[in-house]
Amino acid sequence: MGMKEMLEDIRCKFEEKVSESQELSQLEELRVAFLGKKGELTGVLRGMGQLSAEERPVVGQMANEVRAFMEGKLAARKEELAAKALDEKLAKEALDVTMPGKTRAKGSLHPINQISDEMKDLFIGMGYEIADGPEIEYDYYNFEALNLPEGHPARDTQDTFYITEKMLLRTQTSSVQIHVMENKKPPIRIICPGKVYRADNMDATHSPIFHQIEGLVVDKGVTMGDLKGTLEVYARHMFGPETKIRLRPHHFPFTEPSAEVDVSCWACGGKGCRVCKGEGWIEVLGCGMVHPDVLKRCGIDPKEYSGFAFGIGIERTAMARFGVTDLRQFFEGDARFLSQF
Amino acid sequence: MKAPVKWLLSYTDVVADSKEAIHELASEMTLSGTKVESVDAQGAEIEKVVVGRCEAVRPHENSDHLQICQIDVGGEGLLQIVTGAQNIREGAYIPVALDGAKLVGGHTIKNGKLRGVDSFGMMCSFEEIGLDYRDYPGGIEDGLMIIQDLEDFRDKSEWELRTLIGKDIMTVLGADETVIDFEVTSNRADCFSILGLAREAAVTMKHLTKKGGTFTCPTPVVKEEDPASVSDFLKVRVEAPDLCPRYMARVVRNVKIAPSPKWMRDRLQASGVRSINNIVDITNYVMLEYGQPMHAFDIRTIHNGEIIVRRAQDGEKLVTLDEVERTLDSSMLVIADPEGGNAVAGVMGGLNSEIREDTPAIVFESAIFDGVTVRRGAKKIGLRTESSSRFEKGLDVVTCAKALERAAELVEELGAGTVCKGVIDCLAGEKTPRKVECNVDAINQFIGIHASKEEMEAILIDLECEPHFTGTDGGYVIPPSFRDDLICDADIAEEIARFVGYNKIESSLLSGCSSTLGKRNRNQQLSDKVRNVLTGLGYNEMVSFSFQSPSVFDKLGLAADDVLRDAVVISNPLGEDFSVMRTSMLPTALDSLAVNYARRVPQAALFEISYVYHKTEKYPEELPIHKELVTLCQYGMGGFFEFKGDIEALLASLHITGFTTEPCTDLVPMHPGRCAIAMVGGKQAGFFGQIHPRLAKTWDVPEDTFVACLETSVLYEAAVDIPKNKDVPKFPAVTRDLAIVLDKSVPAGHVEQMIRERGGKMLESCVLFDCYEGAQVEAGKKSLAYSLAFRAPDRTLTDEDVSKSMKKILNGLEFKFSATLRE
Repeated sequence: MGMKEMLEDIRCKFEEKVSESQELSQLEELRVAFLGKKGELTGVLRGMGQLSAEERPVVGQMANEVRAFMEGKLAARKEELAAKALDEKLAKEALDVTMPGKTRAKGSLHPINQISDEMKDLFIGMGYEIADGPEIEYDYYNFEALNLPEGHPARDTQDTFYITEKMLLRTQTSSVQIHVMENKKPPIRIICPGKVYRADNMDATHSPIFHQIEGLVVDKGVTMGDLKGTLEVYARHMFGPETKIRLRPHHFPFTEPSAEVDVSCWACGGKGCRVCKGEGWIEVLGCGMVHPDVLKRCGIDPKEYSGFAFGIGIERTAMARFGVTDLRQFFEGDARFLSQF
Repeated sequence: MKAPVKWLLSYTDVVADSKEAIHELASEMTLSGTKVESVDAQGAEIEKVVVGRCEAVRPHENSDHLQICQIDVGGEGLLQIVTGAQNIREGAYIPVALDGAKLVGGHTIKNGKLRGVDSFGMMCSFEEIGLDYRDYPGGIEDGLMIIQDLEDFRDKSEWELRTLIGKDIMTVLGADETVIDFEVTSNRADCFSILGLAREAAVTMKHLTKKGGTFTCPTPVVKEEDPASVSDFLKVRVEAPDLCPRYMARVVRNVKIAPSPKWMRDRLQASGVRSINNIVDITNYVMLEYGQPMHAFDIRTIHNGEIIVRRAQDGEKLVTLDEVERTLDSSMLVIADPEGGNAVAGVMGGLNSEIREDTPAIVFESAIFDGVTVRRGAKKIGLRTESSSRFEKGLDVVTCAKALERAAELVEELGAGTVCKGVIDCLAGEKTPRKVECNVDAINQFIGIHASKEEMEAILIDLECEPHFTGTDGGYVIPPSFRDDLICDADIAEEIARFVGYNKIESSLLSGCSSTLGKRNRNQQLSDKVRNVLTGLGYNEMVSFSFQSPSVFDKLGLAADDVLRDAVVISNPLGEDFSVMRTSMLPTALDSLAVNYARRVPQAALFEISYVYHKTEKYPEELPIHKELVTLCQYGMGGFFEFKGDIEALLASLHITGFTTEPCTDLVPMHPGRCAIAMVGGKQAGFFGQIHPRLAKTWDVPEDTFVACLETSVLYEAAVDIPKNKDVPKFPAVTRDLAIVLDKSVPAGHVEQMIRERGGKMLESCVLFDCYEGAQVEAGKKSLAYSLAFRAPDRTLTDEDVSKSMKKILNGLEFKFSATLRE
């Protein structure tokens, strides 16, 4: 057999073996067996010296072609096998992706605070800052400075928890108005969310502790129209863009004129239903123009400045928003209740 | 304040004779500031009950107590009705509930059979149609209402009675009045009267509906037919004019006590006041009509004919009309005679001076007592009456006189006695009319409306104010004497706004004012961050009560002198369980977890940012400190280090770097070996750890309950708002492990502190990866293994650099803790 035939024979044998191979290790063995130092092709090439000068380049070229062919085959098969191996690996790694994920459940912010946060954002957007005041308060700030001197009959409408004769648990966040006005000159735009206390026994709709947001604006030229416009923005934001408001004259000693504000029922839109007891309106807050005596007492000249104030109960909004029917649930701390919101 | 509609509108030309018209009146009144609580049509739930005449009665064959009656109800033929009532008789006029009639409580009447005999309806008693027999003289409690036996029908002829047959019983009895219940605000003493409400109603209808409405205030006329003079029988001395600005009295002789006429009884009944007799009814009627409480004394009980208005003596006793002995003190006012008290002024009369059947002559009192005194007195003796609630709000000296005249007029009208000549009037001083400075422009500007001077004047005049505007930028208004609530320009502005209509005010958004920047301050921002991080870590935010029971201090096991026991105490709590302001969040946390555990919630993690309250040294001259804490609590979530990990994560989110812990073995409520003090930025921020198993038992929560209480002020002070960039290292780190053996009692935290101290700037991190106690180390010792990483920002560290550092660290540990390198 001539050199050419031998080379052709090696090429065929190699091609056959490569296509039969199933493992990467087999390929390596083949490479060693054919192309290695002691491999078949190398063996053949060693015999090149015996060839004539004319034959040598021809066979040499052929040998190179065979080598290139073999190396190419080897690489291609290697790639094939690697792809196959990867497929197998992936098949083995397959998961049932429909099984539930694993995580530590995220907690929730309290529904009352969510409402409060939302109101804060709303009023911050309208240029308000957030103020703070003590819950255990002097009678002066909770009542006297707000035109409710000792013996005033309106004190009876707020069953007050007293600590001493002069100290009490604030019954309204309005006390913060006084602190703010004593310490800050107009223009003033603040809201104050917080706990307030009244001696009401606990039931589905009453609690001795509940939350209010107080609002106060004092500046030159503040009108009752500004109060109304501000409350409209609030009502539409909290209860939906179609919400209407209705102001009813009322009496609060620290505002004049005063009003109670109803919003059109969020359940029926004002037609009358169970939620609004057929009225079409639901009372949500009290408000008014800051009484000139209150301004004076805080060193603000009512001839120069005017202002408005409002107090919004948070629980009621939270109950409506989240469909909570029993107020007590807010304060129990049942993790299952809290985690819903 | 309940106002029967017909009575209310009798002083006006407002017509409201249909359900719709009454509804309109009610809603307009609400919009002008007198909120309507309810509109109740009397007898509204009673349907198809008519007057019938009993034509024949025969006994039921199968019963010894039932009777079969034939009743004429005005239809064709007679109705057969079986009754168990024993007072039925032939010729009796009775209320008959027809087939399908509705009685009190929604009870429906249907035709049926009683012991085999057909019965087509039911004859009724007072109670069955929702009435009280005591409101109808001659009425009886048990048995049927027999109409001709009633006082009001006794004089009617048979012919007159027959015309009633088939008519609605409520109409016949005059019990078909519609009553509006108004919520009157405390500033409107004048509206605690039918006349005051009538004035509001007229002005409201005129200005809000433009349908017109005129109010006419009647002027009482007294004939004084008795020739005797009041001064022949009565002297009045006011010893406390500061508490009694006016005291007026009249004397009525030849008193004939009798029931009041039906119109008066009906109005009283509709207003929720029980009719007693003509004299008492007059006092109540005038109180409702004018808002001025009246009192009638039996003149025989006034010793020496001398009334003294004075402060009570401390400990003075007086038995009030409700037959309760009251103990008075010098802060209260009494109406007395030289022998003793006859009434607690403005609150309630004394039993001794009560009007009796044989009272021959009476004294009518109409007076003004100081509101605060009456309010305090009524509160002290625990007796709030219709009378005291009116005095509290402050009454008008002019109305006081009118009311007395009205009472005398009614005495004459009812023939209840003869009115003596003259009035006793002790008036402390004339009231000078008040000028309230205000002007049209300012009011328009303040409210945000454009009302003309004429519009404003019309409203004010209808409210009986005197407007004296000069142009549109000057002037004043004189309010009537009964409007003590109109003091400043804002008050006048409110009156204008009420009757222009609050809902006509145009909305605006502070367009004329300076702009302000709205924002949260730093603490508010940090607080929101803490809340969001904690919810991310799986904690649910709770909101809890800030007062609690004082028994929690014992439950916590606090020592008798523990400062936490010195809580702010509520003097009038809802109960012992809610009587002290909390000084610790632990009980709150455990209470909430206990709720979850009792409800078999397998795991719970809660947090809250809230106050605890501590007295200061100067308390009560100074308000208590409101210390804000962030409290975390949980059970079923993991062990101590998972809990600590949450706290570390929280602090890391605030970019707090200086967080260290110290073992805390002496906090009574906590597990002595599993509690730590949290040091943040070198300050104590609070504690965290597992609760003492004793507490777990007391509160009925699991033993793996963990609580952390950290002061927000300390956290916020240490928080870094804007973390500064440190370039990512360019040179490789060199890591070394360090395993040491040392005394078990040495806290790992201290070891780490030492490693960091000695490692210096080059030491990048120090992580404890193993802690071992057991056979491989000596008894009483433990092994700690750390992985240390060293790095320099500007070069690759050499072995030599690192070895030097390691040696320094080891020397420190040997010296301070007698630690040895583990072989």
